[in-house]
This record gives sequence, structure tokens and C-alpha cells, in this order.
Amino acid sequence: MGMTFAEKLLAFKAGRDRVKAGEIVFCKPDRLLMHDNAAAITDKIAKDLDEFGVANSDQIVIVLDHTVPAVDEKTATGHKKIREFVTKYNIQHFFDVGVGVCHQVMVEKGLVLPGMLAVGSDSHTCSYGAVGAFATGIDRTEAAALILTGETWFKVPESIKINLKGRLMELVTAKDLVLTIIGKIGADGADYCSVEFWGDVCHLTVDDRFTIANMGVEMGAKNAVFPVDEITRGFLKGIGIERKNWQEFGADPDAEYKTELTFVMDEIVPVVAAPHKVDNVKPVSQVRDVEVHQCLLGTCTNGRASDFALAARVIGRRRVSPKTRLLLLPASRSELEKGLDAGDIQTLIEAGGVLLPPGCGPCLGAHQGVLAPGERCISTANRNFKGRMGCREAEIYLASPATVAASALTGRITDPREVM
Amino acid sequence: MKVWYYGDDVNTDMLFPGKYTYTCSKPEEIKPHLLEDLDPDFAKGVQPGDIIIAGKNFGCGSSREQPVVGLKAVGIAAVIARSFARIFYRAAINQGLLLIEAPAAVDYYQPGMKVELDAAAGRVWVGEQEFSFPKPPVEILQIVEAGGLLEYTRRKLRAKAGAK
Repeated sequence: MGMTFAEKLLAFKAGRDRVKAGEIVFCKPDRLLMHDNAAAITDKIAKDLDEFGVANSDQIVIVLDHTVPAVDEKTATGHKKIREFVTKYNIQHFFDVGVGVCHQVMVEKGLVLPGMLAVGSDSHTCSYGAVGAFATGIDRTEAAALILTGETWFKVPESIKINLKGRLMELVTAKDLVLTIIGKIGADGADYCSVEFWGDVCHLTVDDRFTIANMGVEMGAKNAVFPVDEITRGFLKGIGIERKNWQEFGADPDAEYKTELTFVMDEIVPVVAAPHKVDNVKPVSQVRDVEVHQCLLGTCTNGRASDFALAARVIGRRRVSPKTRLLLLPASRSELEKGLDAGDIQTLIEAGGVLLPPGCGPCLGAHQGVLAPGERCISTANRNFKGRMGCREAEIYLASPATVAASALTGRITDPREVM
Repeated sequence: MKVWYYGDDVNTDMLFPGKYTYTCSKPEEIKPHLLEDLDPDFAKGVQPGDIIIAGKNFGCGSSREQPVVGLKAVGIAAVIARSFARIFYRAAINQGLLLIEAPAAVDYYQPGMKVELDAAAGRVWVGEQEFSFPKPPVEILQIVEAGGLLEYTRRKLRAKAGAK
């Protein structure tokens, strides 16, 4: 019997010939990602750091993104503590306020590569499956222990194989695809599992794969991974990474899967995840007259230049409806610059969009675009939980950049194909 | 001892709202906001030794640790659910909070029933009915027995330093 991607990669990292789903292995992850929560994490082990030091400073990546620029004195103090930690322990992979959302930064700076094992104190760490890494979220305590030891335990997950057939129609995006998958299998449909995407993935760019892998955790997955192919290799070449720096682990053809599912991409239509669960997925046609007071375009799920390009194409030279407001939240400075070079950001600002600094901002309701009671937002983010955008009496619909742009034009949830 | 009963997919924003994530990290700061958007009575009424019973996918969503730290701090004896989300499950092991996957016990439970637990024996009684649940693997028990991952890590590091 062959091995799945997860079995193969974890066996290699554990120095074993083979492992099977269910086994517990100890490994040294290639990367440990933290963000603003590095302040609280290092606080837990302040004394231990004096005693034991940092196990491997090259393993650690810290990106300030959740409350940037600082919201108040408390978050500012957190940022200050992190900068002091970074200096004291000579952490090279540190990205201060404004560089971008940690997950986008990890991928675009080549800090996570195919075949790497990465953990992060953020649930959307699973995003790096877009480039063939095994990546998963951990809690703060585990991150603290990893700083000290560089090592942790993994239960080898069972795997689910998702076959993608055909290609997406015009104005239907990877976001519609992943929301459709989550709607079908449920918010716990892949609990504890490794999800492998197979089939006609050649029609999905690295940006598309990022959007899909990013939402792996919304189906409960431990990691969500795409095979490494010419598209991945082209992307890595584009960011200046030489081939000798990564390893490719493909699943064996006779590997054992818990479940196999097939989705025909040509059949996918624009959808939303309606309040207050990500698996409450409906076609846009079923919610088309729902008014929206705020439209959020961006985040680590859909804040790349390609997303702004699509939104700019939908909006064209028209203006955002006076009944709503459009927020633009780039995933990183580099993606913002690409969007500026292309002129798409200018188009969206001229239409009435408000440009926010690259970061997490309104996605977790900390600041910048918090909702009021009774308000409704349509967002390209990854979660629509009650209270997520700072107010429990507000509603969040999740959708693609095309649908959010179309909705910004009308002030109602709108199928992008109706406004083109 | 009170049983707090909730449904499926209780997510981390319900357990502890994201807007407080970067301002509250210590148990005393977390406690007043526990379950704020799900059950405003919880933080006021919870007592040490209370149990939570819930449906599937308990703790789904963010990797924030405050829900686990908070539930442990208020003295929740165990969360019994049909299933748990992965990061939450791991965070609970790392904090030494007892989570029990016992779908049959959850299905049997009706509000008002008495619940008793013998974790070491892997048994739970709901009303008069007894249910068993699988005990976690030995590697995991070692972490829980040490009082959580940080203590386990300190012991390991000290043993290593001593051996040199």
C-alpha cells in the first residue's frame, strides 16, 4: 500500500521509511510562524527563555499583521515587546507593520516551499498547501514550547482526496469553488484530515490555490494541499527561488484515502456563505436582494492583485452605490504594489473604495471597518461567525471578489454576471 | 455541579470574541468574556466542577487559545461533545483541559439530566445510563499528566541539560 502526501512528508520529517494514519510522530518543523500573538507567546516563557534560549532562530517567522498599525496602547506595547524579542534573539525573518498578512508574506517571500513542514499560531496556516507544503495551525502554548525545543508531535492524519474536473466559468472563482465544497461536506467535513486536491488543477493559479487552501480549516482540515506542478514551479521561479531549495512529495497512486469526492468546476456558480456559518452556502440567486451596508474586498483569502484586477473589471468606470461602502484590504504591500502598477487599485479608489493598510484589520473585528448592530457586510474573507467583525448583532456573507464588487455597485447581493 | 448544554459547531468567536484577542490574554481578563456571544449567563453563573455538553465540531474556527485557558480557569471539569475541532483539541491537551468525545452520551443527554464522570476509567454516566470513551494515546497522556505542554517541555529540557 502506498502513502498519502501527509504520510510521505511526515515519515520523511520523522526520519522514518513509512508511517500510517493514526500514528504519532515527533518532528522538527521547518517553520514556526507567529504574528501579533508572539507577544503573549513569549510572555508565557519569559523565564524559560533566559534559562534555555531559542532552539532555532531560523525556524521562527514573525509578521505583525493582526492589529496594524497598533490600535491602542496595549497592542502597541505588544508590538514593542515583539521587536525587543526579535533583536535579542536575532530573529532574521521578522516583518514589521505594513508588509502584509502573515500567510501571504510566508508564501511570497519564499519562506515556505514545497515539501516543508510548517506550523503557525494561526488557524489559516493551512494556506501553504497552495505551494505543496504541509502546514497547520497550532495554539499559543504549543508555539511557546516550539520556541524552546524546535520540535513537536503530530498525529499522522487520514486523508481525503478531492478530484476537480473541468474548469471554472467566467466570473466564477476559486472562492465559489471552495465555498461550494465546504457547503457540501460541512464545517467539520474534513475534521483532523489532510485534504489533497487532484485532477484538473492546472486550471488553477497559485493565487486560486491559496484561496482554496486558506479555507481548508473552515472544513476542519489539518492541512489542504495541491500537487507541485509547472504552475507552482513557475511561481517559485518568479519569486527567485532556485529548484535545489525544495523537495516535492507526491502521494502514491495506491495510497489509502478516507473519502474521495469529485467536483465538476464547470458546474460551479457564484455562491455566498450566509450568516453565521461558513457551511451555510447558497447560490447568489437565492439571496440576490439582500441589502449590504459594507463590502470588504481583500484579506489573506482574496486580497491579491489578481483579486483586485477581477473586482476592477467588474466595476469598470462605475461608482460604488451610495447605500454601501467598499473597503480594500490588500494581503500584502507587494500585492498592493502590483495592483497599483496595473491601475486596478486606482480604479477601485476612484469608484469610491477606501484603501486600508495591508493586514488583517476588519476581518477579525479588531479595528478598521467594525460593523454596527443591524448592519450587514459582504466580504471576501474566510469567516462569517457571529461577532467576527466586532458586533454580534451584525451579519456577514462570504463571497468571491467578483460578487463583492458587483454587490458594491448595487448595494445588494448581486451575481457578477448580471452587471457585466 | 451544573451542566451547560450547547449545539453543533460552537466556534471560537462564540467561546471568546475575536475583538478581545489582542487585549485579553490572562485568565482573569478572559473570564468575563467567556461565551459572551453565545450565552451571556455563562460567565456569571459558571462554577468549578461544571461540565459542558455540546454537539459536533466544538471549538471550530480560530487558533486563539483564550477559550481553552478561560474554560480551564473557571474550573470546567470536562467538555463532552460529539466531536471537537482539531486545533481546539490540541490546545486543550496542551493546557491540560479534559475533552471527551462521546457522541452516544451527547445524544442521550436531555437538559436536566445528571452527569457524572470518571475520566481515568474512561466512563461517563448520563442519568442512569453508562457510556465509555476511548482513552487518549500514551504520548498525549504524558503531556496532560505533566500539567500541560509547557511543564512537559521544561521537564524534558531540564533532563537533557542534566544528562550533559
